[in-house]
Amino acid sequence: MATTTFGRRGAAEPARPKGRHRGSLVALLYLSPWLVGFSVFFGYPLIATVYFSFQRYDMFTLEPVGWLNYRYFLQDEAAWTSIRNTLWLVVVMVPLRVLFGLGVAQLVTKLKAGTGFFRTVFYLPSLVPLVAGTLGFVYLLNPGTGPVAAILSAIGLPSPDWFGDPAWAKPGLTLLALWSVGDLMVIFLAALLDVPKQLYEAAALDGAGAWRQFFHITLPVIRPVLMFAAVTGVIQTLQYFTQAMVAARVASGGTDSAGSVFVPGYPDQSTLTFPEWLFHQGFRDFAMGYACVLAVILFVVSMVFTLFLLRQFRGLEEEA
Amino acid sequence: MKPRRWQLALAALAVLASAACTAGTENGPAKPQAGSTPDRRPVTITMWHGFVADNELKAFDDALAGFRAKYPWITVKTSKAVQDDQIIQAARGGNPPDVALSFTTDSVATFCKTGVFQDLKPYMSASKVDESIFPKVIAEYTQYQGKRCVMPMLADTYGLYYNKKLMKGAQPPKTLSELSALAKKCTVRDAQGNIKVAGFVPSSQMYENAPIHTGAMVGAKWTNPDGTSAIGGDPAWQQLMKWQKDLVDWFGYDKLEKFRKSLGDEWSAANPFMKGKVAMAIDGEWRNAMIATDAKGLDYGTAPMPVADDKPQLYGGGFIAGTIIGIPRGAAHSDAAWELVRYLTTDTGALVSLSNALRNVPSTLPALQSPKLDKDPNFQTFLDIFANPSSSTLPAHINSVFNQQTLQEAQIKWESGRAPDLDALLAEVDKKIDDKLKLTAGD
Repeated sequence: MATTTFGRRGAAEPARPKGRHRGSLVALLYLSPWLVGFSVFFGYPLIATVYFSFQRYDMFTLEPVGWLNYRYFLQDEAAWTSIRNTLWLVVVMVPLRVLFGLGVAQLVTKLKAGTGFFRTVFYLPSLVPLVAGTLGFVYLLNPGTGPVAAILSAIGLPSPDWFGDPAWAKPGLTLLALWSVGDLMVIFLAALLDVPKQLYEAAALDGAGAWRQFFHITLPVIRPVLMFAAVTGVIQTLQYFTQAMVAARVASGGTDSAGSVFVPGYPDQSTLTFPEWLFHQGFRDFAMGYACVLAVILFVVSMVFTLFLLRQFRGLEEEA
Repeated sequence: MKPRRWQLALAALAVLASAACTAGTENGPAKPQAGSTPDRRPVTITMWHGFVADNELKAFDDALAGFRAKYPWITVKTSKAVQDDQIIQAARGGNPPDVALSFTTDSVATFCKTGVFQDLKPYMSASKVDESIFPKVIAEYTQYQGKRCVMPMLADTYGLYYNKKLMKGAQPPKTLSELSALAKKCTVRDAQGNIKVAGFVPSSQMYENAPIHTGAMVGAKWTNPDGTSAIGGDPAWQQLMKWQKDLVDWFGYDKLEKFRKSLGDEWSAANPFMKGKVAMAIDGEWRNAMIATDAKGLDYGTAPMPVADDKPQLYGGGFIAGTIIGIPRGAAHSDAAWELVRYLTTDTGALVSLSNALRNVPSTLPALQSPKLDKDPNFQTFLDIFANPSSSTLPAHINSVFNQQTLQEAQIKWESGRAPDLDALLAEVDKKIDDKLKLTAGD
């Protein structure tokens, strides 16, 4: 009896036309720069980070330690303090920046004259380098020599030790963030100018006041932009580093001399953010394995936040 | 069963990850050739250092000129303004300089433990370098667990500077209670109670008042021989911190902070001691050179730091640290590099020349006694502190920075009044340090 052997594909399956193979290869070829970049700069570092998180790693030698680094995280008070601080910034600073940016943009749209000047004035601070801006703020708010303290003192008001008092340090950083709200203002300004004028005219004819117009026309139309600002704001704040580091270093008066160590999060770890603690563990204490644990946690939390916000965002789009 | 493709890919990535993370670890230190027939073929070596200021660079170049004269076949190419993390990255990447210099001793344990710097003992034996030329205390910050991976090149010692005019003829204090009394006497306030001139700023946050320096005033111990924290169990720390808090409270924490934050930059001509805003200050020997440049008219004196009233035997000593220099692993020309390290750390002429130019303390006993060493009474104080047997240092520790940072954080909480229970605070310091030790060094 004659038998027929079939390949894995089976006889019944029609042969794939050659053109489709070629098409896939061409597509892969076009995608290859991205694929290589993604693998080298994201895929590999991600896998390596997870791998290192189970090692005692001082940048030179590796020693498997199982879950030791993760157990240390659970008892590392500074890490939890940094999480609380970062969450504080997410919960307080991000909404305030969005509200303030929206408020400033709304004001600028209402201006009859000097619009260009005020747009520039409000936008300029966001162009100032982070370190320079933070240094300027710490100087302005210095309780000993700062002009803010001098003004408050002249009118008989006490001046807090902004970056030296744990209760005032994060509000001080929030003020700094509000000062440089120009980046958000520009986005909101574009969104506000995009709201169809006819909607306001129709609402005005129906007797709606400014507040009702704002809540029932402006906000629904610019909601996607607000959501975008919230998503990017949260992600940026989860990576909040430079301003906290610079403010703490300058306010502490610490020096760079040998024997003088910088106390991160000065004062009393009130400005210690999660990425800052991660940096200290990896590049100051050379506990790179533990730093990788913090990096894994930051990655997971960022992903969860982003997915949550994107889901909300998608819901908004569907509503629209 | 054949592994699936994704399993193979994951395995390959894991192998790649483990290979990458051990980069640079396979190269052990080169075996020293010193002692055998010297190789005098022309060679160019690279050296990284942290000097930046023009006067420092000139002084260093002058010292290197002496080396070139003695070793004409070795050309030294230098790179300035280099920090520790750059050295580590270069060693890790397998492309380090032949010689590297660091201004801080905080990383010595890491350098030695990980092998970032090569063990110099074989070189020292081959070159017959006599370790007794270094004061004993130096061994504590140039080696770790029996491995000497760096050599001392100049030292820093800490003492008390006092402004004779503001002291109104009073002699420098020898004990902490004398320091408190004089600090109060020399302090000037305005009508609102704001500090105009401080006799002494007791805050641990003041420039050089970090616990690493002030601990020497009470003979405080940092760690036990096994590396665990000795801070909570050593009453000396409580003695120091209680004394500091008493004096901070006398000033008023808020008033003192306001005053401290109004002061000029430590490293500029606006330094408050040089400006006459502080009568007494703890500082390093280098301040003499800065005063000579930027505050020529200042009538001042120097003395050892005051010590605990019940430990008069400590008086005369102080805290010592210094610049360190070594040969990173993977250095291309280890033997020539060793000649340079040896020259800069043991040659009396080189050390005296550097000391005279930079006004740092030379780190060998013969250099200290050299007649060519420029001396004046104020600098002599620091030379005496360096040679004093009760002087101490912070022994190399794998978590040196973390330990200092943890104690300093506790000190700030304590002196501000935000942590009222000192016992609990120091117990917490011990726990943090011990937990961190388990994380980084194992049990």
